[in-house]
Amino acid sequence: MIKGFLRAAAHAAVGLAMPLVLAVSPVAWSSEGNISIESAPIDVRDAASLQAGARTFVNYCLNCHSASLMRYNRLRDIGLTDQQIKDNLMFTADKVGEMMTIAMKPKDAADWFGPAPDLSLIARSRGSDWLWSYFRGFYRDPASPTGWNNTVFPGVGMPHVLWQLQGDRVMIEEVSRDVEGRPVKDRHGNVIKSVRFETTARGTLTKVQYDTVVRDLVNFMTWMAEPNQVLRRQVGIWVLFVLAILVALSYALYREFWRDVH
Amino acid sequence: MAATDKQPISFAGPFNGILTWVDARYPLMSTIKAHLSEYYAPKNFNVWYYFGSLALLVFVLQILTGIFLTMHYKPDANLAFASVEYIMRDVPWGWLIRYMHSTGASAFFICVYLHMFRGLLYGSYRRPRELLWIFGMLIFLCLMAEAFFGYLLPWGQMSYWGAQVIVNLFAAIPFIGPDLAIWIRGDYVVSDATLNRFFAFHVIAIPFVLAGLVAAHLLALHEVGSNNPDGIEIKDNKDPKTGIPLDGIPFHPYYTVKDVFGVAVFMFVFAIIVFFAPELGGYFLEYNNFIAADPLRTPQHIAPVWYFTPYYSILRSITINFLWVDAKVWGVIAMGISVIIFSLLPWLDRSPAKSIRYRGPIYKSALAIFVVCFIILGYLGTQSVTEGRTLVAQICTVLYFLFFLLMPWYSSLDKCKPEPDRVTK
Repeated sequence: MIKGFLRAAAHAAVGLAMPLVLAVSPVAWSSEGNISIESAPIDVRDAASLQAGARTFVNYCLNCHSASLMRYNRLRDIGLTDQQIKDNLMFTADKVGEMMTIAMKPKDAADWFGPAPDLSLIARSRGSDWLWSYFRGFYRDPASPTGWNNTVFPGVGMPHVLWQLQGDRVMIEEVSRDVEGRPVKDRHGNVIKSVRFETTARGTLTKVQYDTVVRDLVNFMTWMAEPNQVLRRQVGIWVLFVLAILVALSYALYREFWRDVH
Repeated sequence: MAATDKQPISFAGPFNGILTWVDARYPLMSTIKAHLSEYYAPKNFNVWYYFGSLALLVFVLQILTGIFLTMHYKPDANLAFASVEYIMRDVPWGWLIRYMHSTGASAFFICVYLHMFRGLLYGSYRRPRELLWIFGMLIFLCLMAEAFFGYLLPWGQMSYWGAQVIVNLFAAIPFIGPDLAIWIRGDYVVSDATLNRFFAFHVIAIPFVLAGLVAAHLLALHEVGSNNPDGIEIKDNKDPKTGIPLDGIPFHPYYTVKDVFGVAVFMFVFAIIVFFAPELGGYFLEYNNFIAADPLRTPQHIAPVWYFTPYYSILRSITINFLWVDAKVWGVIAMGISVIIFSLLPWLDRSPAKSIRYRGPIYKSALAIFVVCFIILGYLGTQSVTEGRTLVAQICTVLYFLFFLLMPWYSSLDKCKPEPDRVTK
């Protein structure tokens, strides 16, 4: 029942988050056709995935982005020892109790290439599904200053940091045509385009391997945004169990007392 | 002394001596009798009558969780956002306390809205309960202020820009507006000074007033006695020998034990949200509020939390400049009136029957339309503005006000059924 409720709640959350995400993005969406946000296949109880995600995060993200609300030693929660954290994941900090900060000041980042937001809570503000679609949505765009664009974040300031893993690809827009060759329009009169991607250079990973890397990364970022979430759900089941007993007992007590009220 | 004079204490057991000692110096037993064991409440309360005691429960819960949050929270523009996350991550069980407090804010409004709707259903505001209703309205106003001040404290983007939008409303008031807005903020924009004063209001000033008003609300209730789903006075039918209302039962133990059951069910639902969906799809905790406040970056879409959205919709629906005054000013006025107009209900309602059970089809339809409009306005308040949505909001706003303004007319016109002499099941 609880799993079903969680799934329903997750779907509701996704459903409610979608218009929000679409509302904050500055570009009209009707012209972008079939580009949409996909559900992230993550599980924050999967320690192996979280550890792999932590490695990717530290190697690729934690150079320009900080996670300044996150302590290194919190990674013990995903099955790592202090020594493992020190040896494999800490490049800038000295003590495992320190926060995952970076040397670059936010102001310098803004001056050099634009703001690089802190990522501690990004999975809660953007949503895991958005991140999953974002990391899989980069494509080459000569019109953009960095040479990269993104399907869910048009005009993105960050280049595709994982490009060597995924490889290069370009977006090809095609106007949808009916049987007589006329462009199909939606009810607002906009031409409906379909979008597909063409790989122009292979990355070091296959598509499946790349998706696994991204899944682990998004999984880690989702966990990092609320490290207590696994405990929260575990405690919740016990609390509901106890409260259910209280409901039953208090109902029995109420019926007993009210027997003499007519 | 009065209590002991009338009825000497006759307890057996080890506490007898202590109780006698206390009772000779403080009206302990007489207070317990007057407000619990010999306070007679109608025996026919239904499910709508749980929400008053539940609102009181949430109030206590908010105070208790608030005390622990205050121990770790830093009311400083540079530290506030991180201190909330410190509570969420490093303070033992801090996440639970914080989620209880954030869910409690919404739960408070759910209970209070249902409690008010109960009043509309059964005419609880009618004579002799006008003052009781007005105390309730003052509690509602304080609650809105409390929620507004508290929402700034996490210092996220929605906290910051929500406060900015609301304070700017005051700037629309002619002549004094701009100075008034600066006076409220303590600065030209929402800033550290604003955060500090909002913190002071949230943790001491408003809760203090709220507690006093709750006491006054309960004292007024116990003076006039509770209404009930039949809308008739149980004090009109008393046992000639004892003087106890025939349809009344002692609040304790009957309603204390029933309310404990209500509390258990409420806590069950509350726990589902706290432990499994604390954000509740962005309605209880807005997604953009997980981004620290940035005075230089205005979010594209600023929406208040759900419990303010009906009034926010009314504010936005006024789009016509009128009498050389800006539409924004009229919006603020309409929003203000839409909240306080509830307090006029005791004098607007001219129906011969109090309870919806004996009222005619006109009031039933009017109330149904009002509730639908309230919900639509609430939904529209969470959405960005389009032409169509504004039109719907305008229609709902008109119907909202007509519910109140036409009430003296349509409520006296209604064909009511005769009220019973005694309460029914």
